[in-house]
Amino acid sequence: MGTIVFLVGFPLIIALALLVVKADSLRDIIVKLSAIVIIVVSIVFVVMNFSSTMELVNMPYGETIGYGMMAIEVCLAVVIIVLSIKYKKPLAAVFAIIQTPLLIWFELTAGHHIEVANNICIDKLQMIMVLIIGIIGTLICVYAIGYMKDFQKHENEHVREEAKAAGLSEEEIEAAVAKADRRPWFFFLLFLFLAAMFGLVSSNNLIWMYFFWEITSLCSFFLIGFTKTQEAINNSFRALVMNLFGGLGFVLGIITLGSYYGTLELSTMLTIGSMGYSVVVPAAFLALAGITKAAQMPFQSWLLGAMVAPTPTSALLHSSTMVKAGVFLIIKLSPVLGFNWAGIMVMVVGGATFVMASFAAISQSNAKRVLAYSTVANLGLITACGGVGMAGATWAGIMLIIFHAVTKSLLFLCVGTAEHQIGSRNIEDMDGLFEKMPKLAKYMLIGIAGMFLAPFGMLIGKWATLVAFVDSGNILLIVAICFGSAATAFYWTKWMGKLSATMAGRENIQGRVHKEEDTSQIILVVLVVAACLGFPLVSSEMLIPHLGAIFGDVTALALSTNNMILMVIMLLAIVMLFAFYFGKTDKKIVPIYMAGVNEGDNLTFKGSMEKDVPVSLRNWYMDGIFGEKKMCLYGGIISVIGMVLAFTFIVAAMLGGGM
Amino acid sequence: MLYMIFSIVAYLVLAPLVGGFLAGVDRKITARMQGRVGPPVFQPFYDVLKLIEKEDITVNRVQDFYILCFLVFTAVAGGIFFAGESLLLVIFALTLASVFFIIAAFSSNSPYAQLGAERELLQVMAAEPMELMVAIGFYMVIGTFDVSQIIQVGAMPLPYLIGIFLGLVYILTIKFRKSPFDLSMSHHAHQELVKGMTTEISGKTLAMTEVAHWYENILLLGFIFLFFVNGTWWGALIGVVVCLLAYFLEILIDNSFARMKWQIAFKSAWVVTIVVGVTNLLVLAFV
Repeated sequence: MGTIVFLVGFPLIIALALLVVKADSLRDIIVKLSAIVIIVVSIVFVVMNFSSTMELVNMPYGETIGYGMMAIEVCLAVVIIVLSIKYKKPLAAVFAIIQTPLLIWFELTAGHHIEVANNICIDKLQMIMVLIIGIIGTLICVYAIGYMKDFQKHENEHVREEAKAAGLSEEEIEAAVAKADRRPWFFFLLFLFLAAMFGLVSSNNLIWMYFFWEITSLCSFFLIGFTKTQEAINNSFRALVMNLFGGLGFVLGIITLGSYYGTLELSTMLTIGSMGYSVVVPAAFLALAGITKAAQMPFQSWLLGAMVAPTPTSALLHSSTMVKAGVFLIIKLSPVLGFNWAGIMVMVVGGATFVMASFAAISQSNAKRVLAYSTVANLGLITACGGVGMAGATWAGIMLIIFHAVTKSLLFLCVGTAEHQIGSRNIEDMDGLFEKMPKLAKYMLIGIAGMFLAPFGMLIGKWATLVAFVDSGNILLIVAICFGSAATAFYWTKWMGKLSATMAGRENIQGRVHKEEDTSQIILVVLVVAACLGFPLVSSEMLIPHLGAIFGDVTALALSTNNMILMVIMLLAIVMLFAFYFGKTDKKIVPIYMAGVNEGDNLTFKGSMEKDVPVSLRNWYMDGIFGEKKMCLYGGIISVIGMVLAFTFIVAAMLGGGM
Repeated sequence: MLYMIFSIVAYLVLAPLVGGFLAGVDRKITARMQGRVGPPVFQPFYDVLKLIEKEDITVNRVQDFYILCFLVFTAVAGGIFFAGESLLLVIFALTLASVFFIIAAFSSNSPYAQLGAERELLQVMAAEPMELMVAIGFYMVIGTFDVSQIIQVGAMPLPYLIGIFLGLVYILTIKFRKSPFDLSMSHHAHQELVKGMTTEISGKTLAMTEVAHWYENILLLGFIFLFFVNGTWWGALIGVVVCLLAYFLEILIDNSFARMKWQIAFKSAWVVTIVVGVTNLLVLAFV
């Protein structure tokens, strides 16, 4: 109990401290020490509560805290309104004006009479999320120390040039540079984000969860708009508007739950659902909130727009926070989803998003956009798993959350480092990375393998998902996963191929990477491999008890013991082969064939007329078939149809009194 | 357990022998179709033995490693199949093997090898949905992915899986890299860009590639065989005969079509998968 308060409070205090600290060295120390503290406390928290499957806890002074949150919500609404007027983006203000008063009116009238017995819920899913946020989230913060130094260096040069052009004196220039350093604000947001996420995953009181939900929306709004370029501002408002729309869904979910069922607790809602009463109305509204936050089509554009922010932001949004809050809520709701309109909506949206986003990723050459579409796709799969509403699917969904968090954060950190060192985030510029940055290339290769290849993490999740879909008899989802996986293999392998292309004679620049960046990456590589080896343990010690408490009997799982053993053997085989044979040869190395005399560097040949012809190779993008716009349009249309149908039926049933 | 080890060893030893022999038969039949006498049936083995004696050269320090992994994991995929384990795991291991093969081609940074690699990648993407549906089809009919349990069932799975069987036969042309879908590497010199994926592979490494293909082919024929088992000797016999017929069909197709564009290979494979594969699954789900 106290530990949860600490996990929310401590990052908050650190965030405030970082807001006032201006010196690099002091900030470095604070971030590193607090990262260690958060990691240790997260682990201690899980160890302490390991025996309990599900524990509902009341919070002392719950009511006072509730009023405090209400006051903060009002302030946040005012901030949104002011900013949206300042930047002439009225839509955000409209949402803020609708939902905040709506919720406060409800809280003060009908909601006031509903007693909340338990504000906090500690279960195995929450513990897994605490570990993800606590370990991966803080590693990203540590990485940000090094990354933001490079980032600021570029910024400073930019500011200096502009100041010089404006004809300012030396002192004025230095003052302008110092003023341009907004890193305290950046680190404040990162740690605030962590605090809000800890609160979000621990809340049982939906009004509390909504409070943290809105804070994460705002944090990501500020992080996306961090650079304050026009593009960043536009994208940050798009993210804000979409997430406020989801927030409105959340509010409506709370109101319908409160007025029709007389409770504000998520656990009670799930209990009512498990007793056979339909809770489809609040479930659908809450799922809608989850869908927007998890950047499902047609809302995927906010996550892609988020790419304008510094890379640690993307890493944080994609792996351990923000979008994971969306799928967390959907997985939480999974017992009341399934073959009802709320569940069907979630399955349609998730399935369509998985396929279309996987297709769209093929057409992208920007590494960060490939990662973004891959995130959207995988979240689609997790969403669909939640929608199926059966033990096996939920097992797969949670596994996917874990593996995705570890692997995707590693990949973002790798791309961030590559971007600073080779000056490009384009995959086409990553050829020969094995020569330039051998360590980074290896990390990246492991990360990519982790996303789709046997015997690595995500594949285990996908395997279980496939079996769960077949068991639930859901043919359309099966088709989605078959085609989506094929596309997934395509875009990852071509990236791997680009990395592996050998180009002799490149300068090795691995040494330029900041130590913090390297450390975070190594730890994540270890986690990727550890997750592959340790997942049977996570399954038997955490997921099976958790799902047993929710769904009753959980026995047969997708992966039999034999399968798991075989996967581990394959993993060991790969590791051994790499250790003994990689890069070792006593053969004579000869130039490649180029249909003309190779100039010796494998990159140019003597063409006809004695002319040197340089060779450049490009990957396939198949824009005609898998063009991004087309895929997003199709995905959006299917999802919208699913949502409109679902809500039409739900509202019709509600008006007909059928609930 | 003993039986399992026996099957794995038998596969590891016999598959290259049978695969090489079939490759020899292929060349003989192909020659006859083209009005030539053709090489001896054991020519593929002579070729491999000769390749092993070639000078040890390579284009970089890593390509041989990737090809070694390709060979190892193709054999692993087949081993899993013949040990009676999960069909899904077989497919995933086979994908892993082809990824190693593709990366080997990429690693050379040779224009011809890389073009072949992109095309191979496309072929993998074209065929994978159907492969997965084969496994799912068996699961829906028999209730297990495990080969050991599928072969014990008394009723022949084929009548329930006709659509999926046809789909598998269609993508077999892609998997065998036979014309018209021999985009990534071809044994028809007249329609190949240098030598596709294997342009920069030579000597022992090329020999390994050949052997890996033999392993792969036997594994693919194993999939065909599964549709006919019903626990009796004649079921098994039908299975073997159909495998040989399928192989002959591939040779026939190989010799009657010129290479097609990748667009046709890719789109037709997915259309066939949707038409016969998905329809078959829908029927299984609702009947």
